[in-house]
Amino acid sequence: MTAATDLGTHPASRQGVTSRRFLSRFEPYFYAAPAIVLLVTVMMVPLVVGLTYTVRDIRILNPFSGGYVGFAHFEAVWHDQNFHNALYNTFWWTVSSLFFQFFLGLTLALLLNRTFPGRRIIQSLVFLPWAVPAFLSGLNWAWMFNPVISPLPQWLFALGILSEPTNILSDPDLAMWGPIVANIWFGIPFFAITLLAALQSIPGEIYEAASIDGASRKQQFVSITLPFLAPTIAITLMLRTIWIANFADLIIVMTNGGPADSTQIVSSYIFTQAFRRLDFGYASAIAAVLLVLLMAYAVSIIFIRRSLLRET
Amino acid sequence: MAYYAKSKGQRVVDWSVHYGLLACYLFFALFPLFWLFKVAVTPTKLLYSEGIRMWPSEMTWTNFTQVMTDTDFPQFFINSAIVSGSTAFISTLIAAAAGYSFSRFHYRGKAVIIVLMLITQMFPLVMLIAPIFRILTPLGLTDSLLGLVVVYTAFNVPFATFLMQSFFDGIPKDLEEAAMIDGNTRFGALVKIIFPLTLPGIAATLGFVFTAAWSELLFALMLVSSPDAVTFPVGLLTFVSKFSVDFGQMMAAGFLALIPAAIFFFLIQRYLVQGLTAGAVKG
Repeated sequence: MTAATDLGTHPASRQGVTSRRFLSRFEPYFYAAPAIVLLVTVMMVPLVVGLTYTVRDIRILNPFSGGYVGFAHFEAVWHDQNFHNALYNTFWWTVSSLFFQFFLGLTLALLLNRTFPGRRIIQSLVFLPWAVPAFLSGLNWAWMFNPVISPLPQWLFALGILSEPTNILSDPDLAMWGPIVANIWFGIPFFAITLLAALQSIPGEIYEAASIDGASRKQQFVSITLPFLAPTIAITLMLRTIWIANFADLIIVMTNGGPADSTQIVSSYIFTQAFRRLDFGYASAIAAVLLVLLMAYAVSIIFIRRSLLRET
Repeated sequence: MAYYAKSKGQRVVDWSVHYGLLACYLFFALFPLFWLFKVAVTPTKLLYSEGIRMWPSEMTWTNFTQVMTDTDFPQFFINSAIVSGSTAFISTLIAAAAGYSFSRFHYRGKAVIIVLMLITQMFPLVMLIAPIFRILTPLGLTDSLLGLVVVYTAFNVPFATFLMQSFFDGIPKDLEEAAMIDGNTRFGALVKIIFPLTLPGIAATLGFVFTAAWSELLFALMLVSSPDAVTFPVGLLTFVSKFSVDFGQMMAAGFLALIPAAIFFFLIQRYLVQGLTAGAVKG
């Protein structure tokens, strides 16, 4: 009992204190409650329901479906050549998109982390692709690769990148580069924004002290900038990997997985199974496999990061 | 900072490289958008003959007027505006409350909620398509804008919450404590003192969620089929597959779809960097 309740002489004030205490104890939950309710009902419950679909036969157009099929879907996934192909494509799609997004985004953030005339307008213009809705980026780039209405194939031909000015989206060997380029275009601003924010939070005095001590710009970058950026880099890279691996919009809009499944990634394959074949059971089984793979990735990254931190 | 010690010649080289690189980025970022606009203002008869000319020999707005008068795009546009606007408003409200509670209180279960929110950022959303479709159908929420608003709000709340939390973290606790000593309730202090200070953060969150909802394609494609609830992305995609020849109109429609998101983003991108900086200082 605290002084407040001991001092309460008549019951009315005592009650006022307890109800206020009750309120203040539940106040944090009161603020967080709408978010929690929403997340549980719209994301967690469907996630669990989706996991139960993996062992059931759920086809929307088939009224007799709904039965328990055990691990039949997973067995089918294991033998599904299209899934293997999609997994391989997902790997290349993710690694190449991420590589270019990150290095180009980091360079852009470093360029913007200086004061110079015109900086504000340049910053808002180079960040603009992020505001372009993904479906529109996809359509826009699909048009850009069309030799009839865009100069891009001609330019690529002139630079010797293409052997003739054709549409790379219809060439099974090159088609994947279409969505990858669109994804790089779309994703550079994300890395630039987050890394710029991290750069701006580095105290300027550290650089001043270092340059008084005679450290070169390269030395400053390696021993001040990079260590400061490291936590942001680690988190954004991990989140972006997962996000890009799940990101089907560009591919669905630009190639719909074609030609000849050469651009089909796992998440676009899931969407095709659910949307075109309405086979929700099988789609959920593939999604569960993807979920496990991504979680394994995230856990191993966190584990590696921890053991690295322990060493230093 | 470190540049004053350099010779003049070196500085000139330095800045030329700097602006040269930025020019490359600007070109890469803006050329596709410029091209979108260029094709949209090219008359149909010149589309192929001047397909790769930098600017058509004559310019026209007919593609835009046709999109506005002869197609369903105005309806799609309104649908998208309703969905994105409501999603942005509701998500920001919910996220501001949750972000405030993360920023100001320590309580049991907080860590669990945060982990839960992080997990929702990691799993493939395509996985939820089937169950959400099955759950929303008996509720009558498929084929309706309301269903989309509910789903989009849930998808955007986690990131928006973290964003809002980092903005609240940047505001000293003493401010509302002082107001509470003066006899305000915590909620009163929040509304009177803290809310005006977080306006940039709220703007950033609103803009972020609006753009995300404006671009969403897969769930809109899956959940909505009747024309009066179709959003812009779905409308544009069906337009493309149905009339794949009319590039001028497609590009005009695409350009119109770009405008609201671009305006929003243009206004908020500074605050977004600021907000993330505030978060980075803490984390």
